[in-house]
Formats: sequence, structure tokens, C-alpha cells
Amino acid sequence: MLGRLEALCNLNGVSGDEGRVRRYIRDIAKDYADEVWVDTMGNLYAHKKGEGRRVMACAHMDEVGMIVWGAMDNGLLAYQAGGIDPRVVVSKRVVIGPDEVPGVIGSKAIHLQSREEFSHVLGHNELFIDIGAKDKADALKYVNPGDYVSFTTKWERYGEDKMKAKALDDRVGCAIALELLKNSYDCDFYAVFTVQEELGLRGAQAAVYNVKPEVALILEGTTANDMPEAEGHQHVTKVGAGPAISFMDGGTIVRPKMFEALKRTAKEAGIPFQIRQGTRGGTDAGAIHKALSGCITGGISVPCRYIHSPSSVASIRDFENAYKLADSFLKTKKFDEVL
Amino acid sequence: MFDKDMLKSILAAYGPSGREQTVSDVIRSYVEPFADEVYNDTLGNLIAVKKGTSGKKVMLSAHMDQIGLIVVDIDEKGFLRVSNVGGVNPVVSVAREVKFENGTHGVTYFETEKHGAKDATMPELFVDIGATTREEAEAKVQIGDVAVYVTNFVEMGSRVSSGALDDRIACAAVVEAFRTMQNVHDVYAVFTVQEEVGLRGAGAAAYAIEPDLNISLDVTGTGDTPKCGRMSVKLGAGATVKVMDSSVIVPPVVRAFLAEAADGKNIRWQPEVLRAGGTDTGAVQRTRGGILSGCISIPTRYIHSPVETADMGDYEAAVQLVCAAVAKQELPHR
Repeated sequence: MLGRLEALCNLNGVSGDEGRVRRYIRDIAKDYADEVWVDTMGNLYAHKKGEGRRVMACAHMDEVGMIVWGAMDNGLLAYQAGGIDPRVVVSKRVVIGPDEVPGVIGSKAIHLQSREEFSHVLGHNELFIDIGAKDKADALKYVNPGDYVSFTTKWERYGEDKMKAKALDDRVGCAIALELLKNSYDCDFYAVFTVQEELGLRGAQAAVYNVKPEVALILEGTTANDMPEAEGHQHVTKVGAGPAISFMDGGTIVRPKMFEALKRTAKEAGIPFQIRQGTRGGTDAGAIHKALSGCITGGISVPCRYIHSPSSVASIRDFENAYKLADSFLKTKKFDEVL
Repeated sequence: MFDKDMLKSILAAYGPSGREQTVSDVIRSYVEPFADEVYNDTLGNLIAVKKGTSGKKVMLSAHMDQIGLIVVDIDEKGFLRVSNVGGVNPVVSVAREVKFENGTHGVTYFETEKHGAKDATMPELFVDIGATTREEAEAKVQIGDVAVYVTNFVEMGSRVSSGALDDRIACAAVVEAFRTMQNVHDVYAVFTVQEEVGLRGAGAAAYAIEPDLNISLDVTGTGDTPKCGRMSVKLGAGATVKVMDSSVIVPPVVRAFLAEAADGKNIRWQPEVLRAGGTDTGAVQRTRGGILSGCISIPTRYIHSPVETADMGDYEAAVQLVCAAVAKQELPHR
């Protein structure tokens, strides 16, 4: 599972450009599922047919990134970004478009900055991608407006139990959902890999109509704010303290029965867990729970520090325990108790 | 004359967004004797059905949920940290008595080190439930539990003040109407969940019911208090027929239908344009291939505070208007 996570994190798949990730997952899922297909929007479905409740595990394939807006006269590229703090992109290496043209996001050298410039945070509109082009015409030989831009960070294991990578949000969920597909559960089971979550849960809104789930389990990477200056009630989650169970996020209030069932699952199976203490931030649950005539939805997340940056950090044990928690929930048929 | 005891018990029932079971049970007890069928759906919406003869379906909807404070952390000294559920004003939430679903009471205050109460923010708020350690607090309250304001039911002539008038007063109005109405159409009285956090329950109910017409009942703001924002709606001038709010533009055919129903029975009404704030009306309108959807509101002052204030004449007008609307043979159509 960890090897797959590494491969998944290293693939580039900014919202709307999930093809590489989808191909990788599809190739593995087809050996486990009865049926694998892709819908019009690009959501990937793996169906393991069974009797009983229609249960869906859901993870999003897309990651935050940038898109080329156009080339300037001097060959630098202007870009737009979604969900990325401009402070984290300066001096980062990126790759652009289907051919993965290398580039770097530059800014004025420290020698040339005034005191005022030095203390000012550059916005995405003041930053440019340098691909080594000599002018606009040269740049447009290699890239086109609308090409996607991804960070190049490679997945690495470090410390006793940690990993750092881009796109842990939500390749952790993708890897877990893939692993669940290997098992047999006493239900009609779908693993769904959605597109464009980071832009506003767009893929999930369509996917839910194709599956019509009764119970959905959302597998996510979530924010960890266990930083020195933050007080306990502002941590949201802590890296290494176990997978996080949600009672609420910006788009969902989890039904009490589901919240309790997830906590009970963890306790019964002896899996460490924490409660996700934040009430902000959205997940595909927000689109899924209220679609059609309503669906019971719960969330299991892997805490990630520095989320939505080129290098986020998570605990390998949290990741493995998140899988165990999802697996135990399904194995013990908790989906029958939450409706 | 209206059933004041019913109104008071619906107002007093615990029920923040996502935790509506208690208020659902209270409302169920009032509608069950008059309904052909009563059930809760997956999200917890309470639906009471009263059959008619026309073969058409009219949905009435009022939301059961109220705003609240959800526990996100419990510190070592037993203080609870909270986040808002719905549109909670942190300043209004300082120095309040609050209660939890299991009956635990507490009081709210804020971190006083940096500034006064007028600048209090949600992360600075805490709830004191009388516990001195984390363990003692956890024996009473868990992370994820939700507190609501404890409020009084105050009668001031024809006016009443209470927390949770938004939207329990409209739930009570739907119950009143449901008891007495002479409906020609099948009426689905839907008491919805999670309106305050983004109109999340009503759409799912409408999806399942597929009504020919939806009429939501909610509270709306007024423009009749000292130096408030401009708005034409006044307390005591009748129920409103909504023109628009931030979630919906009511189709003119639906507006005209409600206005005619009111005029036909000499019921006082006023048109309503609400600039900030959405209602279930909008969520239902955009369900499936589109559903004709309108809204009758009860003008209310000081919304989302523990002293929401309304006029019972407007309440009775809203009840009469619902009854008049569901008795009309001809429903609006495109």
C-alpha cells in the first residue's frame, strides 16, 4: 500500500488533469473489481458486486496546482493557482503540460529588493514561471495557455514514521480505497475516485448520481495544525495521533449514528484514532450526503501538515491505521447500523 | 386563536443543525393524529403526509434546526472550546446560558486578556460547565456535542420573544395549518434539517417527494427598528409573500398564487425582498428538473439571537395563508 502511495504522490494530477492518476488506479483496480469505468467528467468507478447495502468508498484524485495563463514578451509564463498560498511557491521547481516541461517559479533577488518589497508577500499575479525561453514565441513552442503546472517533489520516507510528498491530499485516500478493493465485504461495494474536488467537490456531485449510495465513506488527507504557536483547540488534527474521524466540516454535519459507529469501530478493533476538531474545510462528503434523497456519509482522514504545499508531511502509521479503520467499518458491517 | 402550549414546546425543544431528533419527536407528536403517514428520511427530515383528492402534491417546508455551538476541544481545566454551527454571532454568544442535548447546562465567556467582549471571536469563546478537569468535563460532554442558547418565552402584548423562533415559529405554523386545513392536494409537511448550515436537508426531501409546488415557511428580517438596514417588511403588517432572497427568486406565478390566496380570504400580507440570507425555498427550487417554489415568511426582529421577536398576528396570518393556498384547486403552473 505504501509503495502505491509513493507512486500515486509522484504522479501529477492537478484538478481537471487527473488522467495520469486515473490510468494508474484503473490499471490496478481492474484486477480486483467486477467492473471498472470512467464517466463523462472523468470520475473512476470500481464496482465489486454484492448483496445488501450500496456502500461507496470515495477519494479524490486531483491535487492543487496551477495553470498557465499565457507567456510574457520576455518568455516568462503567467499562471493562475487554486488553493495554494503564494508564499509556498517561490523558488519551487515545477513541470508544465503533458510533456512535463521543467520550469521554476522565480522572484526578484534579495539584493534588488527594497525594505518594503522584502516584507511584502508576492501574489500569484506577481510571480512567473521561468522555462528558460528567450521570448514569448520561444515559450509558446514548449507550452500552451491552459497547460497544467505541478510541483516536482518526490515522495520520501523520513524519520521513524513520517513521509513527505506533494499531493498526500488525497492520494492517501486513493491508496486506501484501492487497498479496500482487494477485500470482500458483505455489501454492494463501489470505490469511487473523483475529479475536481479541490475546485468545489465538482466530480462527486456527478458521481453520486451514478452510484446512488446508501452509505458513503470519504477517505481524505486533512489539515494538521499541531504547530508550536497553535493552542490545543486550534490543532484540527495532530500528525501521528491516529486517523481522524469527523463530526463536521465546512460542507457536512455527520449524522450522530455514523460518527458514533466510526468511533466504536476504532475502539472495538483497537485502532488509535483522534477526532477531527475543525469545522471548516470541505470534502466530497458535502456534495454526496445531500444528493438524491440523502445518504449517510462519514469521513476518515489522514492528518497532513503543510497541506496544499509542495511538501506535506504525514505519519505512515496514521495512513495504515486509516486503512484499518475503513476496513474494519466495512468488515463489521457497521453500514447496517447507521441507516 | 392559536395553540400557545404547542408553540412553546416546539420552541423549547433542543435541535441544532445535525441534531434535530428531539425537536422532530416533539413535532411528530403534534402532527401524527392528523396525518395519514409520518416518517423520518435518511437525513432526519420529518415528513407528515395528509392525502387529498386531486392527485397533485404540495410540499410545505419549515426547518427544525437552530444555530448552535459545537464542542471542538476540552482543555485540562474542563473548559470547552467551540465552533459555530450556522450563523452564530460570537459577540451575541458571550455571557449566555447554554444547554446540551443530554441536559448539561453551561455558561459562555471569552478570553479577556486582549480586548473587550465587543471584539470577541469564536476561537476566543469557551463554555464553562462547572467542571474542573478534562475528565470531569468529558463525563458530561463529548467533542462533537452541540450547545444551544437557553432562552425565555417572553410575551409582550401581541408580540413574543424567544430563541429559536427561527424557524420553530414556522414549524408551529405548519403544524397549526396541518391540523385544520381542508386540502384538495396531497400535502407533505416537511420539517427539514440543516437549513442553517446551507439548506442541506430540504433538497433531499423534495427529491424524494417530487412535489408540484413547494411552499417554504421561514422567518424574515424587518426594517422597523431604530437605525436598521432598509427593508420594507414590518412586524405586525401580516405574513410576507417572498419575492426574493439570496437563495431564490420566486417565480411570479407562485407569488401571484399566494397573493390571490391571501386576498381571497382577506388575509394580511406584505411583499418581501430579503437581501442577505437564504431559505429552503431555493434548495427545493433547484431540485431535479426544477420545482415551483415559494415562501411565506413571518417577520422577525433580532434573528439569530436569544431574543428573536415576532408578532402573533403575523403568525396567524401565515397559518391562514397556508390553509388558503392548499385549499385552492388550481396550482400555479408554467
